Amino acid sequence: MTYFKSESSSVSKLSSSQKKIKTDNPFYDPSLQKRHAQARRFKFLTVASIIFAISFLVFFLGDMIVKGLPAFQQSYMLIDVTYNEKTVDSTRKAIDKKYRRIVSRSWLRDIPAMVEQDPSLMNTTQATWVLVNHQVDQYMKGHYYKIKNKYLNIVKEKQAVGELELRFNTIFFTHGDSKIPENSGIKSAIIGSILTLIVTMIIAFPLGVMTAVYLEEFAHDSYWTQLIEININNLAAIPSILFGLLGLAVFINLFGMPRSSPLVGGLTLALMTLPIIIVSARAALRSVPDSIRQAGYGLGLTKIQVVQDHVMPLAFPGIMTGSIIGLSQAMGETAPLIIIGMIAFIPDSPSSIFQAATVMPAQIFTWAGMPERAYIERTAAGIMVLLSILISLNALAIYLRKKFEVNW
Amino acid sequence: MRFLLMSAAAVSILTTFGVLFSILFEAIEFFQMRSFWYFISGIEWSPGVEDSKFGALPIFSGTFIITFIALSVALPIGLGSAIFMSEYASFSLRDKLKPLLEILAGIPTVVYGFFAAITVAPAIVSFFEIFGIHASFNSALASGIVMGIMIIPVISSLSDDVIRAVPDSQRKASLALGMTKSETIKAIVLPSALPGIISATLLGLSKALGETMIVVMAAGMRPNLSWNMLEDMTTVTVRIVDALVGDHEFDSPETLSAFALGLVLFAVTLVLNIVSVALIRKFKEKYKVNTL
Amino acid sequence: MTNEIKDSIKVRIRDLNLYYGNNHALHNINMDLHKNKITALIGPSGCGKSTFLRCLNRMNDLIRSVKVDGQVIIDEKNIYDKDVDEVAVRKRVGMVFQQPNPFPKSIYENVAYAPLKHGLIKKGHHCDDLVEKSLVQAGLWNEVKDKLKEPGTSLSGGQQQRLCIARTIAVQPDVILMDEPTSALDPISTEKIEALMLELKKKYTIIIVTHNMQQAGRIADYTAFFHLGDLIEYDETETIFINPSEKKTEDYITGRYG
Repeated sequence: MTYFKSESSSVSKLSSSQKKIKTDNPFYDPSLQKRHAQARRFKFLTVASIIFAISFLVFFLGDMIVKGLPAFQQSYMLIDVTYNEKTVDSTRKAIDKKYRRIVSRSWLRDIPAMVEQDPSLMNTTQATWVLVNHQVDQYMKGHYYKIKNKYLNIVKEKQAVGELELRFNTIFFTHGDSKIPENSGIKSAIIGSILTLIVTMIIAFPLGVMTAVYLEEFAHDSYWTQLIEININNLAAIPSILFGLLGLAVFINLFGMPRSSPLVGGLTLALMTLPIIIVSARAALRSVPDSIRQAGYGLGLTKIQVVQDHVMPLAFPGIMTGSIIGLSQAMGETAPLIIIGMIAFIPDSPSSIFQAATVMPAQIFTWAGMPERAYIERTAAGIMVLLSILISLNALAIYLRKKFEVNW
Repeated sequence: MRFLLMSAAAVSILTTFGVLFSILFEAIEFFQMRSFWYFISGIEWSPGVEDSKFGALPIFSGTFIITFIALSVALPIGLGSAIFMSEYASFSLRDKLKPLLEILAGIPTVVYGFFAAITVAPAIVSFFEIFGIHASFNSALASGIVMGIMIIPVISSLSDDVIRAVPDSQRKASLALGMTKSETIKAIVLPSALPGIISATLLGLSKALGETMIVVMAAGMRPNLSWNMLEDMTTVTVRIVDALVGDHEFDSPETLSAFALGLVLFAVTLVLNIVSVALIRKFKEKYKVNTL
Repeated sequence: MTNEIKDSIKVRIRDLNLYYGNNHALHNINMDLHKNKITALIGPSGCGKSTFLRCLNRMNDLIRSVKVDGQVIIDEKNIYDKDVDEVAVRKRVGMVFQQPNPFPKSIYENVAYAPLKHGLIKKGHHCDDLVEKSLVQAGLWNEVKDKLKEPGTSLSGGQQQRLCIARTIAVQPDVILMDEPTSALDPISTEKIEALMLELKKKYTIIIVTHNMQQAGRIADYTAFFHLGDLIEYDETETIFINPSEKKTEDYITGRYG
């Protein structure tokens, strides 16, 4: 009891002494409380904005993954398939009538090819895992589906006995676009992207590096070089869609290059990538110290020799880093390619840069506009593939920069 | 060799003029067919019909509204993030945050477009349904917000550089007078960095005006002269795409109208860029920094 | 201690130690700084005199790795006590820096900025009066009275430094810290600032860090010699310069190292 008493008295003593300090404190300023509160509010706002931006990024990536992951699986069902002359002719008859609204049309369409590949199948009936259509697939993934009750019962029966299951979706990586959702994949878009970007880099890399070398090593500060600099700056700021207009008016209409082709797409993207490469290559060249050049001249080398043999090797990692970043930007670009027609429906992979092709972002755009629910997950999965390539490219750029970073 | 290098450098000039002239010539052709005055002041845009009209005012207004929404999202958040990174965060935290924010700039716009159409727009519709307000599935608001998020790093990155370039002696002088940190930032640092911040904002604005995929996928096709952000609207870039993916003859006014719109877009973004570069140059001269 | 002496001491420093991370930069400093006097801190580069100066208005708090212990007692209150706000300390203890650093605002706003934020005055003729009074005290009024709207950065280096002093005294501090205020200035501007300091000490307690020993000799009433984070000797300026009791001080004064 006494213990408590003494404590409470000491507390009151403390608080009274605190009060005393405040009035004694020559630095006590009541108006400061308000100002500090204001300072805290201000800091809180800045923290809140960065948290918003970062959490948006997390939410966004999470949303894409949640939407896209199901596309990496596809439903297959175990049923009897009869292979004979008649069913090769009319593939619908290869399976029991009750399954016709469940099995994918695209799978049935492949029956003649299967028989051709493996003639021993002829005149047999085999229990086979067959691809089912997208409605059944959506049902399996727990999404919205539209299946008549009659067929839904069959689906449920099959599922109950384990003869309907989700498997890894290889079609997505081995097929091109298709009007049948379960048969569509990203392969032809990937190949289209690769062809387009090859054209882009073949044009933009040498042009960009040469321009940078000219501006940094050879040009004198003249009206002409200033004009080029202002131009590069403006070129970087032109909205990408306007490059599409250029591609359409010049490459297609004037030069008669084939519409929708990786050639035109690559050329258009090359012009957009050019300023990025020029700017980064110039920065890389500028970071090479003058002492290296002086040493070269001291040995009696010509300017070209000095640049070629001594400056370029040192600037090369920086140039590569910039070019990879330019490449990854070109890879994600869509708008100018739409203008030059690279959104056509392209089921087969292009085999040359003159054939009509589509690219990954354009494929994403096309799928995003499809009415079937099954395309949503494919769109998101396409985005996941595209983003992983872009992230790898950027990681490579950062790695190169870190690895070859030299502080002169 | 020297000549080769010089001709490579000339390509950049050729390209700029190529873009300008390829758009200009087709645009002139368009204005020979249709009135220029009606184009910039008419309120009806109806291509592809018998008596087609090309009044771009509703298209400009849609572009303006969506850009306005985008900047209202991007400017406070981008600037707030820049202030946090340059004034409050430790060096190591800043080194982590900045690349993270720049991921936002590296995401392809078609991806943002999908996100706007499939996630944000439905969320907006159901949010406003609570209050009994009808919002369109292709709303200016959805595309504007997502576009704003896209340009956050444009604003934050440059603003961060500019704020950090404000000499430390200014901050110390203010703090030594007994100012709090936020008072110092607001009264001394931000006014000093203002030209750079404006420059960053103009770049963001230019990027928003030229953005295509987000609006194509989420804003709609209908020229709509309205202030209601919950309605569908169309923009210059959307109409350019729409005019060129249709099945019109190349020299029809339908197709050529894309080049007239492109000319407007080119001129506006060019002016924005030139002003932005001039402002940054002024800032650099004032504080003698070379790192921007 | 008699009351008179006690009153004549403005700042008492007791057992002050400062660490930059693991680096022990100031060792056990004890010092009494006199009211309405100029105290000069001298010593070779890196001796800790500027660091010490920044302890007196808690500017070192801004550097993350710095840790301070000991006491700096101003008006019978340790400014490192928990209930003391560093913002309030800096209001009472002003500071002038080596490089003139006027804000990129008008001359008028440079002076009026802090008093307005502190709520010492309101906008209007009170504010005009304070700006004029501060500029007069800083000896700058006649040179700038016709161009108060022009940016502070348009002035010459010496004028800029006097503007910084005017800005500092506008907050009505008790103590003014000066960190090599004339080292970036030409001799004529330096002379003006020195004359100004002799004028200002009538109202303020001034502590100045200087590299220039002649300057310390000309203006300081007391001088402290720092070496490698130690306070070697502290006495009246005359004593330090004519008859130092430490060998190190003598070596430094006579220019044997520095």
